[in-house]
Amino acid sequence: MKAIYKREVAGYFRSMTGYVFLFFIFLIVGIYFYAYNLLNGYPSMNVTFNSITFVFLLAVPVLTMRVLSEERRHKTDQLLLTAPVSVAKIVLGKFLALLTVYMIPIGVICLYPLIMRVFGKVSFAQNYTAILGFFLLGAANIAVGLFISSLTENTIIAAVLTFVVMFLSYIMSGLESFLPSSMSDGILYHVMEACNVDGHFQSFVDGTFEVTAVVYFLSVMVVFVFLTMQSIKKRRWS
Amino acid sequence: MVEVRDIVKRYGDHVAVDHLSFRVEKGQIYGFLGPNGAGKSTTMNIITGYLASNEGTVLINGHDILEEPEEAKKCVGYLPEQPPLYMDMTVLECLNFAAELKGVQRSERDEMIQDIMEMLSLEDVKDRLVKNLSKGYRQRVGLGQALVGNPEILILDEPTVGLDPKQIIEIRSLIKDLSKEHTVILSSHILSEVSALCDQILIISKGKLVACDTPQNLSSQMQGNSTLQLSVLDPEHKIEGVFAQKFEGAIHVQGAWEQDVWSGTLQVDGMDDIRAELFYLLAEEDCPILELSQSRMSLEDIFLELTEAEQEVHNESDL
Repeated sequence: MKAIYKREVAGYFRSMTGYVFLFFIFLIVGIYFYAYNLLNGYPSMNVTFNSITFVFLLAVPVLTMRVLSEERRHKTDQLLLTAPVSVAKIVLGKFLALLTVYMIPIGVICLYPLIMRVFGKVSFAQNYTAILGFFLLGAANIAVGLFISSLTENTIIAAVLTFVVMFLSYIMSGLESFLPSSMSDGILYHVMEACNVDGHFQSFVDGTFEVTAVVYFLSVMVVFVFLTMQSIKKRRWS
Repeated sequence: MVEVRDIVKRYGDHVAVDHLSFRVEKGQIYGFLGPNGAGKSTTMNIITGYLASNEGTVLINGHDILEEPEEAKKCVGYLPEQPPLYMDMTVLECLNFAAELKGVQRSERDEMIQDIMEMLSLEDVKDRLVKNLSKGYRQRVGLGQALVGNPEILILDEPTVGLDPKQIIEIRSLIKDLSKEHTVILSSHILSEVSALCDQILIISKGKLVACDTPQNLSSQMQGNSTLQLSVLDPEHKIEGVFAQKFEGAIHVQGAWEQDVWSGTLQVDGMDDIRAELFYLLAEEDCPILELSQSRMSLEDIFLELTEAEQEVHNESDL
């Protein structure tokens, strides 16, 4: 697992994908942080994050598109799957590598509240809760991207599909509002709410630390990492 | 030791491997031989655990590849048809990655990789990116990855494809050397290669095992059905009657007269060499032999015969 993890992290910075991912995140977070927090002096990053959840629509497909699909296309999965390493470890190694790359911008963002502190009073609890929420939101999206990458051997298809799925989840709050009020507690609503990854970020934006939201994001990660393992195992049988 | 029991692999309606069973004993070179699409690569992928078979089991040193995959995979080094190399890594990084992946201890790693690079003469290119290497070098790096961790069993899928003649000779002598310490299973559709290298040949056609023996036995077994080419001066057109009387159906005669000359083939069952007998017989009958030759079956013919016979049966069943 360690070998796969190390190779994967290094791989992002051997090719452009790691840099493109970091570029998108830093660009968008930087612009909004500057506009909301520095220029207008808003002392909390919650609203900033709420406005920039769209950054994942661009950044996550770039990050996850090649993670498993390229292994398959170059047949390097033959090396991994015939080595004495279980599929679970392969997938976990990959997922942890993705999270590690994602931790780089999160680590830098963790400095932002300290920057704001220089200019006035800042509630660290509120800010860091928001950062935690932002991290969980991204990590859940990365797990979805990992799964989609395991479905195809074409990186472009993986990227487009990831974008489409994440876009649907992004507009899910809007779609939910189209439901007639009679269905507002029906099964359809609950299904849509379960797919509404962005919506669960809302409680963090409101400045509350909600355990249900944390559990939700962790469940999304567990489910999609598990599905990825199954999708790789299934391929041996087809 | 590898034991394959009754494996079946289906892709939809197509049966790629059809109830294949064989045993591979320690310390020998086994050659998988078959035309393209015979199921060689599929079988190798199943043995190494990359694909799962629909039926049957594969045991590697007593470990079932599906039940105890990690134990089983530890004993196997695999070089697939297309070497599984990361294009954005250098040769050294590739070998290091394979070593780490296979759980080689850090203390042994450097020495092992050094040995492998020496054996495959990869030292000159160790810092070059794999994507800039030629096919021959890539093949060698792939072989290096398979050798890392010193597995007991080496499975090589067409190890000499795409190499130049000099490299082919090098790789072959390397495989010979490796067979002293490893059990080697290799596949090929090149006959001369298999007959030169292997102790045992497994001929596969349409996913079925059609023959499994040493190259010598295969040839001699087939020569049992030797064929004689014969031309005889026979103005009285009596020769076929003579043959029928003398051999009573033990030989299969096929031929025709062209004016006074009968020419045709005699197919003889069993191992007996009847050429001398034929000479005296025809001398007695006053039919001078103009030409007599025995056509020996080369491994090439055996291969064609075995794989084509299979095809005919197949065609008949289609009708």
